[in-house]
Amino acid sequence: MSQARNWDEFMEGIWRQNPVFVMVLGMCPTLAVTVSGINALSMGVATTFVLICSCGLVSLLRKLIPKEVRIATYIVIIATFVTVVDYVIQAVSLALYDALGAFIQLIVVNCIILGRAEAHASKTPPAPAMVNALGMGIGFTIGLLALGCVREILGAGTLFGISLFGAGFQPWVVMVLPPGGFFVLGAWLLLFAALERRKQRKLAEVRHV
Amino acid sequence: MSHATDLLPETTPTAAMIRTLGLIAMICGVIIVAAYQGTYAAVQENKRIAVERAVFKVIPRAKSIAEYAVSSAGELKKLGAGEAAPTGSIKFYAGYDEAARLAGIAAEGAAKGYADTVRILFAWDPAAASVTGFGVVAMRETPGIGDKILVDAEFLANFPLEAKPSDDRLVLAHEIRTVKHGSKTNPWEVDAIAGATITSRAIGKAINDTAQTLVPRLAPHLDKLKEKS
Repeated sequence: MSQARNWDEFMEGIWRQNPVFVMVLGMCPTLAVTVSGINALSMGVATTFVLICSCGLVSLLRKLIPKEVRIATYIVIIATFVTVVDYVIQAVSLALYDALGAFIQLIVVNCIILGRAEAHASKTPPAPAMVNALGMGIGFTIGLLALGCVREILGAGTLFGISLFGAGFQPWVVMVLPPGGFFVLGAWLLLFAALERRKQRKLAEVRHV
Repeated sequence: MSHATDLLPETTPTAAMIRTLGLIAMICGVIIVAAYQGTYAAVQENKRIAVERAVFKVIPRAKSIAEYAVSSAGELKKLGAGEAAPTGSIKFYAGYDEAARLAGIAAEGAAKGYADTVRILFAWDPAAASVTGFGVVAMRETPGIGDKILVDAEFLANFPLEAKPSDDRLVLAHEIRTVKHGSKTNPWEVDAIAGATITSRAIGKAINDTAQTLVPRLAPHLDKLKEKS
């Protein structure tokens, strides 16, 4: 496999098909756990781990899995790695485990993972499948961080727990409440849509010239 | 005849499907059990540290803890670290200071708050027969409103809060209850935070629900608990 193909697989999830900003997939954890940078980062890393492992295993077994039982198989494989992540997070930090709550277990039904297994890993050899999963995972983490950092800065005046504005700061509390998730996601999607539109306009101008 | 069978879609034999599912279940089973056993010690240690930290926070003088349970018949039982209390009994933590003398008793309480159940750990001082403070184990109260219970100076001034057993040692002498902001007149009342009444009430109720049974049941055992065994 060429370097170029590898790079292409990797970049797909980070930019062109970013799970949060372009495909708008996996919104449940995106909106729910992004009240702080550290939550967003941990959720992103946990999801990336499950993505890479399950895509790797699905791809490895792809010729063995009959299409009639593929969904059941993918779910069992995904659930296995989610269980592993669940135990590992408990072993690393109980505070983090409590902060992420039920959303760790809900990674099982994260549509990015099942989507990647079904649409990509089941048709691709393990190496490109895992590179693609890594890109998607990092793209998802970037999406979560984009929300988590903005919400933490505005809603608590801190970034990764470090105070930014001193004692005089009046936090914009709604940003760490559920509506804040929608506001910030909406603002990011607006930004991405505006960028896309400008690109299209430039392309059209070039064509005219 | 053969023409008809040609048109049928290719099907996977039943045995192949079962074989694949069985194989995958086995691989996944091995991974899960390995992860469970590999992390077991670290998870248990984390849980123990979390309990210890929470108890030390509500009983600042404590340097070591012992876990106990007291049954509905009033029998005291020492528990191993992390051991669950038998049904019907209440679990509590005895905190001991450097000289292994009892520094306070900590127990969990829970009551419905604004968003979800508020779970707290509160400290009871047997010598003063009062609740000296509390810490939150888990809550989802509104940031900036309900979570003021942890920082609001006026609310924290509610402690120590009287909690002594009644003369017949069946309940508390006075029920701990939350009253409207500014109307506290007795040492067993909790003065609510204006604007966060529901969360304040949850704290009062959580302490009261546990203390009503725990404090009277503990009364005959206090001598036994005085020194660390």
